[in-house]
Amino acid sequence: MAEHAAVIGIGQTKYDAKRIDVSQVGLIREAARRALDDAGLDWKDIDAVVIGKAPDMFEGVMMPELFLAEALGGVGKPMLRVHTAGSVGGSTAIVAASLVQSGVHERVLTVAYEKQSESNAMWALSIKLPFSVAMVAGAGGFFAPLIRGYMRRSGAPEDTGIRVALKDRLNALKNPYAHLKLPDVTFEMIANSPMLWDPIRYLETCPSSDGACAMVISNAKHARASGKQPAWIHATQMKTEPTSFAGRDQVMPKAGLECSRELYKKAGISDPRREIDCAEIYVPFSWFEPMWMENLHFAPINEGWKMTYEGATALDGDLPVNMSGGVLSSNAIGASGMIRFAEAAMQVRKQAGEHQVDRARKAMGHAYGGGSQYFSMWIVGDQPL
Amino acid sequence: MRDVAILSYAQTPYVRTERRRNEVEMLMPVIDEVVAGSGIPRREIGFTCSGSTDYLAGQSFSFVMAVDAVGAWPPITESHVEMDGAWALYEAWIKIQCGEVDSALIFSFGRSSMGETAETMTLQTDPYTMAPLGPDAISMAALQARVGLDRGLWSERDMAEVAARSRRHAKTNPDAQLKGDFDVDQLLAQPYLVDPLRKHDCPPVTDGAAAIVIAADGLARRSVAKPVWIRSIEHRLDSHQLGGRDLAVSPSTELAGKRAGVAQGRIDFAELHAPFTHQEIILRRALGLADDLVVNRSGGALAANPIMSAGLARIGEASRQIVAGQGSRAVAHATSGPCLQQNLVCVLEG
Repeated sequence: MAEHAAVIGIGQTKYDAKRIDVSQVGLIREAARRALDDAGLDWKDIDAVVIGKAPDMFEGVMMPELFLAEALGGVGKPMLRVHTAGSVGGSTAIVAASLVQSGVHERVLTVAYEKQSESNAMWALSIKLPFSVAMVAGAGGFFAPLIRGYMRRSGAPEDTGIRVALKDRLNALKNPYAHLKLPDVTFEMIANSPMLWDPIRYLETCPSSDGACAMVISNAKHARASGKQPAWIHATQMKTEPTSFAGRDQVMPKAGLECSRELYKKAGISDPRREIDCAEIYVPFSWFEPMWMENLHFAPINEGWKMTYEGATALDGDLPVNMSGGVLSSNAIGASGMIRFAEAAMQVRKQAGEHQVDRARKAMGHAYGGGSQYFSMWIVGDQPL
Repeated sequence: MRDVAILSYAQTPYVRTERRRNEVEMLMPVIDEVVAGSGIPRREIGFTCSGSTDYLAGQSFSFVMAVDAVGAWPPITESHVEMDGAWALYEAWIKIQCGEVDSALIFSFGRSSMGETAETMTLQTDPYTMAPLGPDAISMAALQARVGLDRGLWSERDMAEVAARSRRHAKTNPDAQLKGDFDVDQLLAQPYLVDPLRKHDCPPVTDGAAAIVIAADGLARRSVAKPVWIRSIEHRLDSHQLGGRDLAVSPSTELAGKRAGVAQGRIDFAELHAPFTHQEIILRRALGLADDLVVNRSGGALAANPIMSAGLARIGEASRQIVAGQGSRAVAHATSGPCLQQNLVCVLEG
């Protein structure tokens, strides 16, 4: 890597079902302005802008970055728009980091957003096309069979998913930006919530949110001069595999297994469970926590559920997972990956307030998308690698 | 900075309507050809990056299926921009500059024939202030042409000459869609399509795909006989608000051209992504190109305009012409957004 890169500013909007108080422009500007303020910078200090979001049909604007760029101070600057399905928020941060790591730019602003209230995400994902099988299932209908597959293989107790949801919903109460907050949430409340896509219950599912997340990523010179603790980017990795072919393991996708293995190698990590202090990972349906614990090599195959069951992934466990409340509590799809990456950075910057993991010195951000086929991940630390 | 070169370029023949193949089927032979031409085994290419838009396919996540065309098994390190493939090339170039990989496959694709392209582009405008007015792509370009005509910066004859030359050049390009000899006076006798644009001032509707393989330093030299070096690649953006900028000039092209060092050496030819005739005139001036410089030997976007590939194709065409000995230093350009909003400039050398 030519240059060290670090996160020196983070900004999030309040996530909500309908942010009718702002346009798309207002939404991204709110997050970007907060990230600049956190970094102690202004628009003129930024060399390039990288925008990410999920499908354009969610808002009904083709390549919306073109009209949004000006609000991000992008005029006269290089601007990129990334789209890698649900993993896009993570991939966008990785592209922004690479602009710095390459030595091409010194300070880059990156923003990811979704304003899902401007359409209906579930149906935007279920368009019937000629000559192809119509799913008309939304994301829950797609992923429920994969969860069934995991339950059958692992023999995990039926209530594992409920336990994940309870933990994440309690964590969300500590996060001022979280969308879904249920102050009186209990195990029974989740267990008794309606079954949406068997085995996924209503309260084991992510909400549909409006929101944006932004970061300022800089080189070492500016990171050291920023006056705040930087989150040093130790390693980034992306991996993709096709949606479907005979023999593809959709429950435990090879792209995720390889992506994390290569990530740890780059970051000099040999035992991720011991060396990583906390992880913010993409769990849109509760059961994906144990599945990804295995996919990310935190637990042996078929034993990820034990981490949830034993409380290892709780805020006071040995590997806290989804300290922010996770995707289960805020899901502005295009932003969701970047929120994960930003939470990892907030932890090592000791910025996470009530959901801070005190010992966090090395943290993971993770996102996935498509049919469990796009992966993006990073490791950040409080010291440069 | 690492030296990075284009090793190979491939594209589909450009057609008005691709009736028999979907996007994956269009891409597969293009990717096979470009990988074979690069001399690097497919499994050894370090990074893959594509450019496309859901609004041509009429489907969310339309790029996901394209993964099937590249053979992403075992899994590959891959990314995608919702932009012309020229910007996918930029992302891949950055990845190589990071030292993470030494080679990359870039591709882009689109079937404009699936919808009404000019009207689809309305949805690219500001959804609160501009899209409700319903400006289509041709009308917005017409406003731009009018600004220059009224100011005496170009004439309708100048514009028709761009069209006639582009389509004359395209006669030597077997893949071009619109080609032939046209008399400027006869073109000017045609009625307006959208005043002041006549049909010849506008690009055809095109289905197509394109792909490029790039590699760094020694790998590039070992892999092909004639690597084409990317000496610089820069891109910049102007305001989206048509009323907020001077449409007769392109500050972002000028800035990108300066940063790319276009003037720091003799230029033998240029491939400019100008979908409308007057836009070639704007771009030539923004880049400071000589009046007699050969521009768009391929025919350019006026001979075939595969949306999302037309910018990447300019870079690929320029590299092809350098390999063919038609010059040793060239400028290639890509554009995106209404009235040349975003522009990428790249200097190539043999």
